[in-house]
Amino acid sequence: MNHSATLGRRAVREALRTPDSLIPTIFIPLFFLVVNTGQVARIFPKAGTPFLGGQGYAAFQLPQSILLAASFGSAALYLVEEIEGGYFDKLRATPIPRSAIVLGRLYAEVAKSIVITTAMVAIALPFGVRVRSGVGGYFVLVVMVALWAMVFSGFMQLIALKTRSAAATNAGSLVFFPLLFLTPSFVPRSQLTRPMEIAATFNPVTYIMEAARSLILDGYRWDVIGKGFLVIAVAAVVMFSLSVRMINNYD
Amino acid sequence: MQFAVEADQLVKHYRGRGGDVEAVRGVNLAVETGEVFGFLGPNGAGKSTTVRMLTTLMSITSGHARVAGVDVSADPRTARTKIGVALQEAGLDPRQNGRELLHLQCRLFGMTSAAAAARADELLELLELTDAADRRIKGYSGGMKRRLDLASALVNRPEVLFLDEPTTGLDPGSRLTVWEEVRRINQLGTTVFLTTQYLEEADHLCDRIAIIDAGTIVREGTPAALKEELRTRRHLDGEPTLDDVFLDATGRTRTRLAGEVQEVRG
Repeated sequence: MNHSATLGRRAVREALRTPDSLIPTIFIPLFFLVVNTGQVARIFPKAGTPFLGGQGYAAFQLPQSILLAASFGSAALYLVEEIEGGYFDKLRATPIPRSAIVLGRLYAEVAKSIVITTAMVAIALPFGVRVRSGVGGYFVLVVMVALWAMVFSGFMQLIALKTRSAAATNAGSLVFFPLLFLTPSFVPRSQLTRPMEIAATFNPVTYIMEAARSLILDGYRWDVIGKGFLVIAVAAVVMFSLSVRMINNYD
Repeated sequence: MQFAVEADQLVKHYRGRGGDVEAVRGVNLAVETGEVFGFLGPNGAGKSTTVRMLTTLMSITSGHARVAGVDVSADPRTARTKIGVALQEAGLDPRQNGRELLHLQCRLFGMTSAAAAARADELLELLELTDAADRRIKGYSGGMKRRLDLASALVNRPEVLFLDEPTTGLDPGSRLTVWEEVRRINQLGTTVFLTTQYLEEADHLCDRIAIIDAGTIVREGTPAALKEELRTRRHLDGEPTLDDVFLDATGRTRTRLAGEVQEVRG
């Protein structure tokens, strides 16, 4: 854990040195937030749309944009770069547990996610979006999204370790991209068409999105929030197990 | 006698796209403590694969290897505390500066932050990189990168230093600097295991050499002894060079075609 933290500090330092890489990470999700809200808000007015909980449609869309931002981690691409450049082998030749090498970069993803989620909520506030669960709920939201960002980046790192190719790693992230949209993105799950409802029910991202949305629209609904954290926990166990196995068998 | 590097019937098989590849086929090595050992061979002969197995970066298909008395398969983490590695690619993180990279490397070898800072300064001084210490590595020249890579391989004061083609791609001046560093490091008591394609380099630096071809060792001995063996066996009038030894050992011959020297399979 100590070595992961040491490598994590390096990754955070590097992220601070490339702040321009955060611009698309914030801009693209905000673009989706503005466009989606602009297109649909009149169909779902604040008054008369029960699932909005008295807020505007932007509040309903915000979790999707936050989760989209969380999926823009750069850990996997940096990892591929280090594999191709030889620094990965330099780290593997040190006497640290090799799992620390892949886990270290995920610390930076947590830190970046905290900054990005905070920025997106702050940007949404002047447009009338409120976190119904209050300051405490905001912190729960930030922690949940940061953990998801870490897990998602961890899966991307698995692709990087397996393929050792930047092109394949980029393509891998595109495979995961539709998962973000096979969710109740525009309306609650109960209002989706039957095929989409079934797809969303089997999509683990749905439960994270519903948990984030409940914190913003409803307050503390622990049954919904709990499912979100449970999905992240299961995904984290799978990701950590596969990461440890893959890096220990890396030749 | 304890050897710095011992390999016993070392074998490595890969599963490639065209089927199984036998990259290393039963290599035996015994490198004495304190010597500079040169490991030569043509491209694809198995040099780097052998180094990667000896440095715990690659699994061993069969056979055994011990480095600084430690079995690299049974106890790889202990083995890593005793070795330094500089591979073909100068493995550096271009977004850090030289001082940060060395400091991090020291921390990963278990040093406290203060000890790591002191060791980083010491190595920057030793490799004459102090002036560039706080510059990002991406701005370093090829020679500076190679010296920093060498410095990062020395953070733990290794008993055995593995250098995989340390001067490939360097200009003659930088190459001489690396040679001087290798000699200096060796004089401080570190065993050096060096792979190279430059026979002149091996002749200048190495106490003993082994030549590997197609995954097996085909010659081993001091440069002088190998040259003498060739001279006697071939009844040569003049003193053969290490190039001649290499070509003889790997079954290649020199032919002059269209004014150029080519190496072809004999």
